Amino acid sequence: MEYILIFIAAVFVNNIVLAQFLGICPFLGVSKKVSTALGMTGAVTFVMVLATLVTFIVQKTILDPFNIGFMQTITFILIIAALVQMVEIILKKVSPALYQALGVFLPLITTNCAVLGVAIMVIQKEYNLLESIVFAASIAIGFGLALTIFAGIREQLNLVKVPKGMQGSPIALVTAGLLAMAFMGFSGIV
Amino acid sequence: MSNISNLTRGLFKENPTFVLLLGMCPTLGVTTSAINGMGMGLATAFVLVMANLVISLVANIIPDKIRIPSFIVIIAAFVTIVDMCMAAYLPSLHESLGLFIPLIVVNCIVLGRAEAFASKNNAWASVLDGLGMGLGFTMSLTILGSIREILGSGKIFNSAIYNEHYGMIVFVLAPGAFLALGYLIAFINHLRKTN
Amino acid sequence: MVLVLLGVTLISSAAVAYVQSLTGSAINEAKQNKQANAIRQVIPGEYNNNPIAEAWKVTTPDGEELEFFPAKKNEETVGTAVKTYSKKGFGGEVWLMVGFYPDGRISNYSVLEHKETPGLGSKMNVWFTKNGKGSVIGKHPGTTALKVKKEGGDVDAITAATISSKAFLDAVNRASAALAGNADSYSGATPKATADTTKICEEKAKCDSLCNLPCKH
Repeated sequence: MEYILIFIAAVFVNNIVLAQFLGICPFLGVSKKVSTALGMTGAVTFVMVLATLVTFIVQKTILDPFNIGFMQTITFILIIAALVQMVEIILKKVSPALYQALGVFLPLITTNCAVLGVAIMVIQKEYNLLESIVFAASIAIGFGLALTIFAGIREQLNLVKVPKGMQGSPIALVTAGLLAMAFMGFSGIV
Repeated sequence: MSNISNLTRGLFKENPTFVLLLGMCPTLGVTTSAINGMGMGLATAFVLVMANLVISLVANIIPDKIRIPSFIVIIAAFVTIVDMCMAAYLPSLHESLGLFIPLIVVNCIVLGRAEAFASKNNAWASVLDGLGMGLGFTMSLTILGSIREILGSGKIFNSAIYNEHYGMIVFVLAPGAFLALGYLIAFINHLRKTN
Repeated sequence: MVLVLLGVTLISSAAVAYVQSLTGSAINEAKQNKQANAIRQVIPGEYNNNPIAEAWKVTTPDGEELEFFPAKKNEETVGTAVKTYSKKGFGGEVWLMVGFYPDGRISNYSVLEHKETPGLGSKMNVWFTKNGKGSVIGKHPGTTALKVKKEGGDVDAITAATISSKAFLDAVNRASAALAGNADSYSGATPKATADTTKICEEKAKCDSLCNLPCKH
């Protein structure tokens, strides 16, 4: 039950993009087609769960015992950067097909603030290991949901006449605003 | 390039928020009030100036292959310093910005300027560039924060303009961030095209 | 190459550690100041002891802690600040510091933490104050638990934020019930849980003789 609550809260109520404003760059950047949105979602889910797992263990086994919690930001960002590199190298060797699908998105993920954000959030919320992983996976799914819906809408937007000043990012932001309004309907359910 | 253009480029022509669309997360996340926007902008500006300064000084001794990791470590160090100083001396602002302070480290503006400008230019030009970009970012966040605060709660910098009762709450909430920024950029695009 | 990276990391870490040593105490002080300020704000009148030093805690059935800060003037209790919570908020937990006169009336309160909707539920930090529209100051929740008007009580709920208002009152009622020592009878909105709600002992001696639950003093 607890895990279901974490899932619903992370996917719908506190959607990472539409309610917490993390991961906006890929949200606006790679949301022009549904297929790329799905690829990005896959890559983010993979890295986010892995990064949360590793940073959680490092926090509990190194930072906390030695009382150097103030090194959190430096440590976490280095871990994430190294992890992204490693995933890229391993994928290339082990599964070229998967690499083909996700490869182009991987370098973009280091600067996706949602990954670092989630790693810090699970520490702040004092989750245990299993809760942290469920939370990270849920956040990634929430990110994917928002990204895919948004990409679907933007594909349709291409067929519409948009006023000159509104073309490009302004209309995308307004669309995102309406989407965020729709997601607000979920607030209060958990 | 002259010093003045290094400084003013970030303010208008290449304004990181309105023109380059970088650093969108804090832009949308913390601008519920003018003071929050300004605090976030200044914190980022400090990191930008210091990181630009240090990186321009050490860029020559860092091998190309480890350039990005080294830059990230330097930036993360300054972010942590800002984080601790704010927690110590501005606790209430630190609390309302919350998670977004450590996240300055993944703000594309900072790494972007380090990579594109500071690693290729001298210290003085890099500092000016960082200052310009930082102030441009601060200006954008303060403007957006002011608009949302005025429309949403009828105040600016916490002093009331009209009765809060008539405020449009949506502008303080999440959707309002997207809407306000969207229309603001549309307005600026319009101005730029007519000029 | 590795050496350079190691060097960069070392120097950065050293710089951060240095700043940490400079600001560490100030950060702690700021945190404690916040609590001390909240206590000072909610206690009626003057006191000359250190309520934080004399604080005691009680663990509630759902694993949280209520904290009590007694304020005394020349050894005579002038009021008690209670750090209390509710999990029934619209956006999550609500944490308050509530001050009580020795007779159990509310003297003042301060909102420590909440995740309620900005512009609606977030108004709780002024709404229930003396000059607010739904003032609870001077009320005595110990005798009858506070309720919003919709539920037959006499407190005006925040416009369009009834859930947040209920959560606020839930937290106040919990504090008051715990303070009066009859926490057993306070059950929030779920009467079934009555049997195992917060047990509290005001004095250590009382605790040992009356309650069988371990009390944290």
